Amino acid sequence: MYGAQSAEIRVYKSYMRVSSIVQHNIGAHSSFKNRAKNSYIMKISEAWLRTYVNPAVSTEELIAQLTMAGLEVDSLEPAGAVFNGVVIAEVLSTEPHPDADKLKVCRVNTGGIEPLQIVCGAANVRPGLKVPAALIGAVLPGDFKIKPAKLRGVESSGMLCSEKELGLAADASGLMELPPDAPVGQDIRDYLTLNDNIIEVDLTPNRADCLSVEGIAREVALLNGLDWQPLKASAINVQHQDTFSVTVEVKNACPRYLGRLIKGVNPRAETPAWMQERLRRGGVRSLSAVVDITNYVLLELGQPLHAFDADKLTGGIIVRMAQEGEPLALLNGQTINLQSQTLVIADAKEALALAGVMGGSMTAVGDDTCNIFLECAFFAPQAIAGKARHYGLHTDSSHRFERGVDPALQHRAIERATQLIVEIAGGSVGPVNEVTHEPSLPQRLPVLLRRQRIESLLGIALPDAQVVEIFTRLGMSVQPNADGWNIAPPGFRFDIAIEADLIEELARVHGYNQIPNNSMHLRAEAGKVTETVTTLDRIKDLLVDRGYQEAITYSFVDELIQQQIAPNDATIKLANPISADMSVMRSTLWCGLLKAALHNINRQQQRVRLFESGLRFINEEGGKLNQQPMLSGLILGNLYPLQWGEKQRKADFFDLKADVQALFALAGRQVNYVSAQHSALHPGQTAEIFSLDGEKIGIMGMLHPELEKRLGFETQVFLFELDQELLLKKPVARFKPLSKYPSVTRDLAFIVHEKITADDIINSIKNTNDVIIQDITLFDLYRGKGIEDNHKSVAVSMTLQNFAQTLTESEITATVNRVELTLADTLGAKLRE
Amino acid sequence: MSASLEDTLATALTAVAAAQDLAGLDQVRVDYLGKKGRFTEQMKTLGSLPPEERRDAGQVINEAKDRFQAALQTRKELLEQHELGRRLASESVDVTLPGRGQTVAGLHPVTLSLRRIEKIFASIGFGVVEGPEIEDDYHNFGALNIPEHHPARAMHDTFYFDAHTLLRTHTSPVQIRVMESQKPPLKVIAPGRVYRCDSDLTHTPMFHQVEGFLVDTDVSFADLKGVVYQFLRAYFEKDFQVRFRPSYFPFTEPSAEVDIECVMCNGAGCRVCGQSGWLEVMGCGMIHPEVFKSVDIDNEVYSGFAFGMGVERLSMLRYGINDLRLFFENDLKFLQQFH
Repeated sequence: MYGAQSAEIRVYKSYMRVSSIVQHNIGAHSSFKNRAKNSYIMKISEAWLRTYVNPAVSTEELIAQLTMAGLEVDSLEPAGAVFNGVVIAEVLSTEPHPDADKLKVCRVNTGGIEPLQIVCGAANVRPGLKVPAALIGAVLPGDFKIKPAKLRGVESSGMLCSEKELGLAADASGLMELPPDAPVGQDIRDYLTLNDNIIEVDLTPNRADCLSVEGIAREVALLNGLDWQPLKASAINVQHQDTFSVTVEVKNACPRYLGRLIKGVNPRAETPAWMQERLRRGGVRSLSAVVDITNYVLLELGQPLHAFDADKLTGGIIVRMAQEGEPLALLNGQTINLQSQTLVIADAKEALALAGVMGGSMTAVGDDTCNIFLECAFFAPQAIAGKARHYGLHTDSSHRFERGVDPALQHRAIERATQLIVEIAGGSVGPVNEVTHEPSLPQRLPVLLRRQRIESLLGIALPDAQVVEIFTRLGMSVQPNADGWNIAPPGFRFDIAIEADLIEELARVHGYNQIPNNSMHLRAEAGKVTETVTTLDRIKDLLVDRGYQEAITYSFVDELIQQQIAPNDATIKLANPISADMSVMRSTLWCGLLKAALHNINRQQQRVRLFESGLRFINEEGGKLNQQPMLSGLILGNLYPLQWGEKQRKADFFDLKADVQALFALAGRQVNYVSAQHSALHPGQTAEIFSLDGEKIGIMGMLHPELEKRLGFETQVFLFELDQELLLKKPVARFKPLSKYPSVTRDLAFIVHEKITADDIINSIKNTNDVIIQDITLFDLYRGKGIEDNHKSVAVSMTLQNFAQTLTESEITATVNRVELTLADTLGAKLRE
Repeated sequence: MSASLEDTLATALTAVAAAQDLAGLDQVRVDYLGKKGRFTEQMKTLGSLPPEERRDAGQVINEAKDRFQAALQTRKELLEQHELGRRLASESVDVTLPGRGQTVAGLHPVTLSLRRIEKIFASIGFGVVEGPEIEDDYHNFGALNIPEHHPARAMHDTFYFDAHTLLRTHTSPVQIRVMESQKPPLKVIAPGRVYRCDSDLTHTPMFHQVEGFLVDTDVSFADLKGVVYQFLRAYFEKDFQVRFRPSYFPFTEPSAEVDIECVMCNGAGCRVCGQSGWLEVMGCGMIHPEVFKSVDIDNEVYSGFAFGMGVERLSMLRYGINDLRLFFENDLKFLQQFH
């Protein structure tokens, strides 16, 4: 019954078991795939597997074989808790305890010569009951030793057990009740085959053929060179001719549909213990006999089946596409509105089940169901793929149909299920009503495998005989031809369609580790080592050397914070963000750096220097998306770490500027800093940075005091952000001859109006175009006493040098005078006396 | 020697001996040898002597001067010694006091790992290419042989912007972009940020991968094994066992997962490797014919391999980091541990 397990749809790996979490701690994200969700856990009982094929290898060897053949065994757990000394017993009689109302004194046959006297407090103890009895000397889970005891003065030679006490269930309401035919005296571990292991196989999506015990058995036989036989299920004698008509409207989606009416099953039938145990080990909870049987066949053969309550069907079965918006109440309690692209099983009246995914609640087998209609179909993978997910579902059935169920399996599966139903719940069997559309069944065309291609792709040659043997054992038909073979895969191998698929199978079965680790002969070409860019690595190293720690922050940020920092940037929103504070793509790296700075401030850091490189995401005019590599930095707190002998000083705009200038100095570049405005920055301490060609490289400044307060900083914060592409440009160095003659320096102090910038002064001096001026350095800035209001004194040092001769005093004086005059003319500068 | 000369010499030598510093000593020199010095005055008296006596008398004075100068020199050297000793004593420092100035910070451990990975591959000629992080579904899925309803798509937990625009879930789309724009032979690694809609103890919604691929004539699975094997041993600087297990990725075939002998327990079995002695570190395989088809490379002429690894995972194993989330909290106490 697909979806019968809906209440406990099997969870994907990594959320399942504590044992794997440790590994995932470090294992987080392997590359090619997200391990947590790529694969599907198939749990099977080792003992069940060994009933099919029993190689003479230990459990450890067996799981190693599977893992190395691509069926990764994720864990191995004992099927039952550790205990011993528990046998099947029959309660012969019970008498009230003389001194305790709730206890009973039982005589119990445990297969010994004399019955034992055991005191028991369970409510369900009664004469004739078969129960597990722990004998004197037994050790129960938790190292609980059974010793001769007196309970309120009455001797007790053992203990009658519940499932909980044997570690078989988390809870129990009374003694574990065994079937009347359970053999008295047999060790309960043997009876329940508890000396077994649960093997958890982590199956990749291509190996749908291994989603059953039979499928795994087929692989085990192959790997050990053993023969094996699939389960034989002969046709059951038909006892009545009643059936429901079956109409398949969408033949390509449902190439094969088998239905059978079984009347008069016992709704109270109990699932036998062995089946319950195999289901439990397969990770399936026992519900009721009929449902358990369909789940059992799913585990055994890999064929999902569904049982309808036949009395709730109106007219015949119709396999059709859903009508848009048609409602369907599912087994899991959810009601969905169907999309027209969805395949459903319907009757004359309405949709009954989501085909291949989950049954409906209206027609589900219930506590009083006597007549069942059993469905066993082959749905095409492409008809089922994505449907479960669309409705937020994932079932063992949908998982199998999406990946491909053996299209030849349906007859065997329905007979197997019928046989089990009759054995366990009785009933009168009707004929199988089959609708098959052969042309729609998957065709397995022969695939050409070239001998030469094996060697060129794997790097080793395999003898022909080995190739033929491997494919034959894989159940494929092998026809030799001139270049190699034509190989036709069996119906259950949905993953074999091209030559590479065959070569992979060869490599897998031969063993990846039988293929050498080849030292390649690589083509060598001289690499491009350009000098026209500074490498980002060099830039990062410089910042690290200047005390900046590299940060990596998320590319998605809090929309509210981004809006405060960059209100004019169009936001690029994720449709399915993980949380509100990671909902939009960053338009500036400052969002992340500010958050990281706050994180550290909240952890008692008072001095933070961080940088990050990475993309920002901008929707440019015209809607073009720009993913722009940026380099950003942040400093706050003291310039230097706490140290002796120097007065502590807060970092300021010019400390940040020194770092930014150093980045350009790496390439020997000059850039211009122009006073600017930015919504996140202090209006008086913001500079845009331009190349000499006028390209805007970036911006720097002090975080706006309002924003500083709103974000929760209690100190000034300085930020820069640069376009990496423009930052990294680098001119190739060009040699200039050196002068042989001595240089002289002349220091000049000018009084200028406040509005005159340092660049104004430097540029005015440069504009004299005096060839002997080699260098101009601003070395002092003074305001206050002796200088009139709104004015400042700026001192520059000029280095003068001539390439033709030693400078004369008159040349020097002429230059100094020219500079004084120019500055007076253009900037109103007065020489400070 | 005259009594007065003797007297002069005696007082001069006493003055030399009494000088306590170089300045005082120099004053003594001036007092006796300067223009008006006592020896100079004595020399001046020679003129009043008869010429035949002058020579002898001059010699006597010069001898006295020599003795004085010798004493002066000796005293000077002594005082210089003392002076130097005093200076050295006054200038000695506590060398254990810390130095001053800016301190050096460090790179993020992801960057440290990426640099090593890039260097190892650069040493065998691989170039570094980066691609966009906001991708289209064709490059992220379709071209990589992951069609719309392929089960592998559901497993990627994709962040979407709209039906066709997404945050790349792996760096494999760079493989497509390179093969679309360049002709083989190709040797490329593509590092970068990738995104999956998953956040818990052991998953962050953003992490880093390095994709690598090589396309040429006659490239085999054995070549792939060799490159991966050498890379892993180089990265971990350990001559450990490496094993390849069959696996499945839609864009490679044959596909393999690569395990290394656990670096924590050297294969003995521990918590980190789940007692297995092996750690899964990367995925790889031969580039799938369908992928070649989508980029119009003739699979009969060329073959290639691709591999991919999670950078945080390699970083965690290399540095023994036990909590993935630390990578993106940017706590200075964490970041400062890596250099």
